[in-house]
Amino acid sequence: MKKTIMTLLMLFGLLLSAATAAVRADTHEPDVPKKLFVPPPPFTPGIYPCSQCHAGMPVDRNPRKLQGMHDNIALKHMPGGWCFDCHNPNNRDTLRLANGKIVRFEESYNLCGQCHGTILREWKAGLHGKRTGMWNGEKQYLLCVHCHWPHDPKFKPIQPLPPPVRPSDIK
Amino acid sequence: MKNLIRNFFIAGRQVLIGDKTYYAWIAFLSVFILLGLSAYVDQLHRGLITTAMRDQASWGLYISNFTFLVGVAAAAVLLVIPAYLYNFKPIKEIVLFGELLAITAIIMCILFIMVDMGRPLRVWHILPFIGSMHFPSSLLAWDVVVLNGYLAINTIIVFYVLYQLSIGKEYKMSVIGPLIILSIPWAVSIHTVTAFLYNGLSARPFWNASILAPRFLASAFCSGPAIMLILFQLIRKKSDVEIDDRAIFKIAELIAYAMGLNLFLLGAEAFKEFYSGTIHSYPIEYLYFGLHGKTALVPWIWSATILNITAFFLFLFPRTRENFTTLNIGCIFVIIGVYIEKGMGLIVPGFVPDTLGEIYEYIPTTSEIVITMGIWALGAMLYTVLLKFAVPIYTGKLRFEMKEQKSYKASPS
Amino acid sequence: MQDKKTPERSIQRRTFLKGAALGLAATALPSRDAEASIWEAFFQKHFREMSEAEIRKVIGRLEQEYEQKYKKKITVGIEKPLPGVLFGYGLDLSRCIGCRRCVYGCVDENNQSKDPQIHWITVLRFKKGEKWVDLEESEKYYNPSAVPEEEYFYMPVQCQQCENPPCVRVCPTQATWKDEDGIVVIDYNWCIGCRYCMAACPYGARRFNWTDPGRKTEELNTETHYLGNRPRFKGVVEKCTFCIQRTRKEPGRYPACVEACPVGARKFGNLLDPMSEIRYAIEHKRVFRLKEDLNTNPKFYYFFAYGG
Repeated sequence: MKKTIMTLLMLFGLLLSAATAAVRADTHEPDVPKKLFVPPPPFTPGIYPCSQCHAGMPVDRNPRKLQGMHDNIALKHMPGGWCFDCHNPNNRDTLRLANGKIVRFEESYNLCGQCHGTILREWKAGLHGKRTGMWNGEKQYLLCVHCHWPHDPKFKPIQPLPPPVRPSDIK
Repeated sequence: MKNLIRNFFIAGRQVLIGDKTYYAWIAFLSVFILLGLSAYVDQLHRGLITTAMRDQASWGLYISNFTFLVGVAAAAVLLVIPAYLYNFKPIKEIVLFGELLAITAIIMCILFIMVDMGRPLRVWHILPFIGSMHFPSSLLAWDVVVLNGYLAINTIIVFYVLYQLSIGKEYKMSVIGPLIILSIPWAVSIHTVTAFLYNGLSARPFWNASILAPRFLASAFCSGPAIMLILFQLIRKKSDVEIDDRAIFKIAELIAYAMGLNLFLLGAEAFKEFYSGTIHSYPIEYLYFGLHGKTALVPWIWSATILNITAFFLFLFPRTRENFTTLNIGCIFVIIGVYIEKGMGLIVPGFVPDTLGEIYEYIPTTSEIVITMGIWALGAMLYTVLLKFAVPIYTGKLRFEMKEQKSYKASPS
Repeated sequence: MQDKKTPERSIQRRTFLKGAALGLAATALPSRDAEASIWEAFFQKHFREMSEAEIRKVIGRLEQEYEQKYKKKITVGIEKPLPGVLFGYGLDLSRCIGCRRCVYGCVDENNQSKDPQIHWITVLRFKKGEKWVDLEESEKYYNPSAVPEEEYFYMPVQCQQCENPPCVRVCPTQATWKDEDGIVVIDYNWCIGCRYCMAACPYGARRFNWTDPGRKTEELNTETHYLGNRPRFKGVVEKCTFCIQRTRKEPGRYPACVEACPVGARKFGNLLDPMSEIRYAIEHKRVFRLKEDLNTNPKFYYFFAYGG
């Protein structure tokens, strides 16, 4: 029973997205390019696949201060949130949307887009975030997580490059 | 034609002959010319980095002098109008020296533009036909046309008149009449075009005021004649040329009116700028009061203003105007006053603050000043030489006869 | 637009000048060792008046000169504007953090002089809540340990590639012009260095080579364009060209500043393409252009992607 409802819901969702896609194609809004050229996700070296450690571990859903491998994570994103709001407890090598859909790390933008919908749309249009490559050809996108560390996504201040030489000092 | 060339050379020989003062004067000027030349060679070699100009203030002392000298050149018209149109005898006799000054000033203008150019050898690019002159779009192209035209008109008039005099004939109005008529609007145009050169730049609110061209003309009609008054006194002291006091006083009177107008226009501009107090008044604020503690021009512009006002009163009252001490003081005041106001006082605030709001105080380098002095010395020498050439013909000391034989009587001064 | 001069006239010009220049040669230039290339450079015609063959010859000479000077092969491209392309630029002021990565990315790409320093991009800093659009209160020499700073915001300025460019209007020799793709370019071999364009530019975008540009050979970008980043020389004006050597290609790369920006505040594309990023920005965000009252009609759009 449950399965049938899920299937129906998914079908409905598919139809809906197809319809929106059609509507979008009508407007000037550029849709997702056929191929998104994104570099691989910026994993901490050696940390992926997550299953190399997590495969045999029990799932602990209690919010707590993380130790060991993840002691660098003090979640400053989404108050009250926890790992499994995004990470798939059943297969740590993937992510999971709120609706249960499984998402690969390479497509993590779909996960971010659950809350940051307008930004996802603008990212796809090329407005949000940085694009490199060809202005009239193959463009390379960056994943959200390339600039925003998902556990503390606020962009960190950086050191500016030197100010210009003053005209009186140009000799 | 052959005669003309031969006579030209005979008259030219006068230039080499003179008394001790003359040689000393030429030597004195030569020192400055050579100094200027050596500074210019260095500038050519290293580039304009030898100046204090930078991207924030991309024009400076050279363009300031150029602007001032266009005014001086334009002012020759002040003599031409009464001389030829109203037949005011005393001025008519000396109009030649005004035109020689115009020629000198234009040549100095061209030199100031040349030394300001980053690639002077490419100057031909600006010419019509052989280059790609951007006419009528660029006001600088207009300036090339009007300045060279003015130079040509004055050169033709001067040399025609001199030639006629040299062969003992009266010049024919039918020949130069049209040229003289043409030279009047042309003189107005050289200064108007030069004003428009700055005036047309919407990026520079200090220049982008429609009062600019009238102010240019008014101040030019002060400084040019003031220089001439001093020169006339020198000429009549140093040569047999007779210059009527009436001519001098008349010109002084005209200076008073021009200065009155100049001060009025300045007041009108100051009112508009300071009363409305928009962000576009920052340059004039910088000029008169300083901006963000930068006050390099403030003492200069106030000196200029005080000098101009004082000169106005000196020229306004017949008593001081017709007293040679106060007259000369007035002349010097006007020359310095307008030189500051229409030179650095006009150019520098155009760049302060710059278009991105930066304040770079431009103060010319020694190299720039030496080159500037060199051009002034060259101008002085050119005018001296032109006088040396023209005066004997003018006074009738040098006369040629129309025959082929060289039967002229010359008595060098 | 450009009136093509007849060949005869050009020939006349050349012969006339040769005569005039011979006179000059005796005095002004080293006549004995004068290489043919000096004369060729002197007589070089306006870029837009040259035939394809003449351009090729000039490019050959330039590449040879550059190789002699820098001991490095530098290619000089002459790509023409792409049909159906009008370049536009967008800058998201809500994201710019004032880090100046664009400034130096531009310098690396475009072969500016490093000593004396020439930057085509100026980043201005403004205090939040104070008047700023007139730029008078701007600070360009800010140097904190980290950006963005809480109480400030930043605005980079470079050539705005005006549709109605005052610099082009005033140039007395037509050495600078607006190409069909909207890029305002300079023929460095035709510029006389009068700097009238610098006085006319409302955006402080134009830079002058006050002396010979100083840059190490190993720092040279060897991929260049005649109207873009090829090495310049003293006494000529230069400015941003939207990285003409990168962008005027099919496919063409993004300008260097776009790629250097760490926050993705810089957008670039074809204004005539409704699917371009720049069009998206214009259609979906509130954009403004600098000093719009001057009617220069820049193709450089500032916008606020959010907040603002």
